[in-house]
Amino acid sequence: MKTICFYFQIHQPFRLKRYRFFDIGCGHYYYDDFQNEEIIRRIAERCYIPANRLFLEMIKESGGRFKAALSISGTALEQMEVYTPEVLDGIMELVKTGNIEFLSETYAHSLASLGNEDEFKKQVQLHKEKVYALFGVEPKVFRNTELIYSDEISDIVYDLGYHGMLTEGAKHVLGWKSPNYLYTSASKPGLKLLLKNDRFSEDLSMRFNNYSWSEYPLTADKYMSWIASTPEEEQVINLFMNYDVLGSFHPAESGIFDFFRALPRFAAEKGIGFSLPSDAFKKLKPVDAISVPFPMSWVDEEKDCSSWLGNVLQQEAFEKINGISNRVHLIQDGRIQQDWLYLQSSDHFYYMNTKHPGEKGFSPYDNPYEAFNNYMNVLSDFIFRVEAEYPTSIEDEELNSLLTTINNQNEKIEALEKEIQKLKKRTTKKETVYK
Amino acid sequence: MKALMYGWEFPPHILGGLGTASFGLTRGMALQPDMDITFVIPKPWGDEDQSFLKIVGACNVPTVWRDVHWDYVKSRVGRYMDPQKYYDYRDHIYADFNYLHVNDLGCVEFSGRYPDNLLEEINNYSIVAGVIARTGYFDIIHAHDWLTYPAGIHSKKVSGKPLVIHVHATDYDRSRGKVNPEVYGIEKNGMDYADHIITVSNLTRQTVIEKYHQHPSKVTTVHNAVEPLSPEILAIPDRRGVKDKIITFLGRITMQKGPEYFVEAAAKVLSKAPHARFVMAGSGDKMNDMIRLAASRNISDRFHFTGFMKGKQVYEVFKASDVYVMPSVSEPFGISPLEAMQCGVPSIISKQSGCAEILDYAVKVDYWDIEAMADAMYSIITYPAMHNFLQEEGKKEVDNIKWEYAGQKVRRIYDQLINR
Repeated sequence: MKTICFYFQIHQPFRLKRYRFFDIGCGHYYYDDFQNEEIIRRIAERCYIPANRLFLEMIKESGGRFKAALSISGTALEQMEVYTPEVLDGIMELVKTGNIEFLSETYAHSLASLGNEDEFKKQVQLHKEKVYALFGVEPKVFRNTELIYSDEISDIVYDLGYHGMLTEGAKHVLGWKSPNYLYTSASKPGLKLLLKNDRFSEDLSMRFNNYSWSEYPLTADKYMSWIASTPEEEQVINLFMNYDVLGSFHPAESGIFDFFRALPRFAAEKGIGFSLPSDAFKKLKPVDAISVPFPMSWVDEEKDCSSWLGNVLQQEAFEKINGISNRVHLIQDGRIQQDWLYLQSSDHFYYMNTKHPGEKGFSPYDNPYEAFNNYMNVLSDFIFRVEAEYPTSIEDEELNSLLTTINNQNEKIEALEKEIQKLKKRTTKKETVYK
Repeated sequence: MKALMYGWEFPPHILGGLGTASFGLTRGMALQPDMDITFVIPKPWGDEDQSFLKIVGACNVPTVWRDVHWDYVKSRVGRYMDPQKYYDYRDHIYADFNYLHVNDLGCVEFSGRYPDNLLEEINNYSIVAGVIARTGYFDIIHAHDWLTYPAGIHSKKVSGKPLVIHVHATDYDRSRGKVNPEVYGIEKNGMDYADHIITVSNLTRQTVIEKYHQHPSKVTTVHNAVEPLSPEILAIPDRRGVKDKIITFLGRITMQKGPEYFVEAAAKVLSKAPHARFVMAGSGDKMNDMIRLAASRNISDRFHFTGFMKGKQVYEVFKASDVYVMPSVSEPFGISPLEAMQCGVPSIISKQSGCAEILDYAVKVDYWDIEAMADAMYSIITYPAMHNFLQEEGKKEVDNIKWEYAGQKVRRIYDQLINR
């Protein structure tokens, strides 16, 4: 029996306010609260809340056959806690049905996997803790920011204890192979991979509302018959997309909600089921290993990482923020740690991309250069604060040893005090002996 | 002595140095008791300081006859000039300009900026100049920069009065030698028709003589000067939030200003002095290239871009700076280092800028010599003696460069022409 594996991504970054050169060293608050609140409230109203409701209904109506995986970044979770707690309640209800699985990812939806291994591990752990604290579940399957994947990343993910991961089924990697099977990583055969079916995913995420598309309008009936007509041996169709597809990318008027509502019924007619990623990893057998020497992602035609690290501006910014990583890891201060996470969100780098000149996309800035200037000003102030804590004149190793000394000083003092007492006792004993 | 001046911008709404220079010069000349200046600009905003001259907006001068009521005219142009003058001008319309795009008052609209259809606007400006020149009485015509040369020539032909043109910049400066033939044509024509040419520096004088083939006896240099700073500006505090030394570039970020040399020198300084920070204030067509250049030199965390600065913001930047650098490849004059020095900021200027001719207490380097530029930046931010010396002596020096003296020089040229 064929099965569909749905996965939805939810992410919101903390967008930066206009931070001028003159603000460096004066103000240390970097975020545009008004904009962040406005955006998440709007999307919650149009997408998250109705979509949560829809999924709950679908699960109930289908008698528990409908299943889907969700991945929510830590920054999005934080914003929901503050601005739209009702969304979290809705998700909690979904989690209770047992038909929703949470995936693991980096806390800040960051690019740490591409250049900062330590930070990557830290953020995965942080995200895990956050999800557990909010929903009481522990994610077992990994999904990297924007499905970024390479052999190197698979090594790290496997070492973190994951046996399953979701990623893109990029043409330049798969070649003639079909994404509709289970694969394993070439470098770590223990790590199984589900690959996104590009065509079927983008039928929903990109083309659904496109009047000039030859298949417009897309109905659940037609869509399911396409999936059913894939070769018999192909067992799993991976439909990975943003949660925003429901109601935000395609407005409710486009019929996207009704389309989804009808999916389980037509799936049942055609004998197609739904699976959670962890079930798919358990049930299916991998057919082959795939090797990805250079990182790929699910963005644009190229399916690579050029949207975030393609030009000199992005590379410079990424290099500069990673340059202080060791320092920041030594600092205990909560606000610095928080800013550190928020500044790493991949979105800040995406705003600097020059791949689509003239097109604004999701960027709150007029052009990539403005995005870069603003980010660098904020980063300069952040570096300034980090340096105030630990000046650059001290080498990393030296600082490390100093900190260990400070952290261990209590134990050391205790040990020394004991020794003093011991010696004192001994001298008093000796004195008594002499007397 | 009545002078009819043509200009393109006037403070407070300025786009470049031309407006500042026009303002300073006219104010300096107005100190002469018998001087009466009418200053024509394409589009006044109504908040110009008219205490020492009369501003006429070309966009309020009719070129097509319209029957309009006094009260209506008053409501429309009253903010800018006496309504009676509208009727005076209307009586001197000299041809049928109905083919022009005019508004309900019969006036041509101007943007007052540097739009894409600049040549068309220049042409319209000269048509309006014909009306103005036929209307009032004046002894001399004075045209500032190439945009107004056609208007000056037209006025001279109509009135027969001597024409002085004031060269604030030539296209050779703006384009690093690759001149636009149309602009060159307008400039050359203006110079050929002029009775006398005033240049803002000897550097520009040489360009005018060599590249535009003017006779040296017809060309005189009158260096620009600076307005003394108001107490309000002097009181602006240093708002910088960091203790680092700040080195500033301020101006349009265009090829003419040599911004890339500043970035390269910054990279050199930062390798030796990590406590320096660089600010590039202003905007221009090379800004994005400069952001990329700084990024590829890996100095973006210490190299900041502020975007366009105007009015008081300029002085806020100066007050927060330790060094001001103007690496212009070709600068006819360059008022900004003088302003920086007024604020007590030591300046590094390129030898290829006109103000280098009158400044002794500023560091002068070749614009292409980034080693020397970096060296000068480093020593000013590292050795307090150097900084203090340039700060004090520089301030003394610029405080003696006054528009009043420049105005007197211009007046002597006027007198010669009239009594010829």
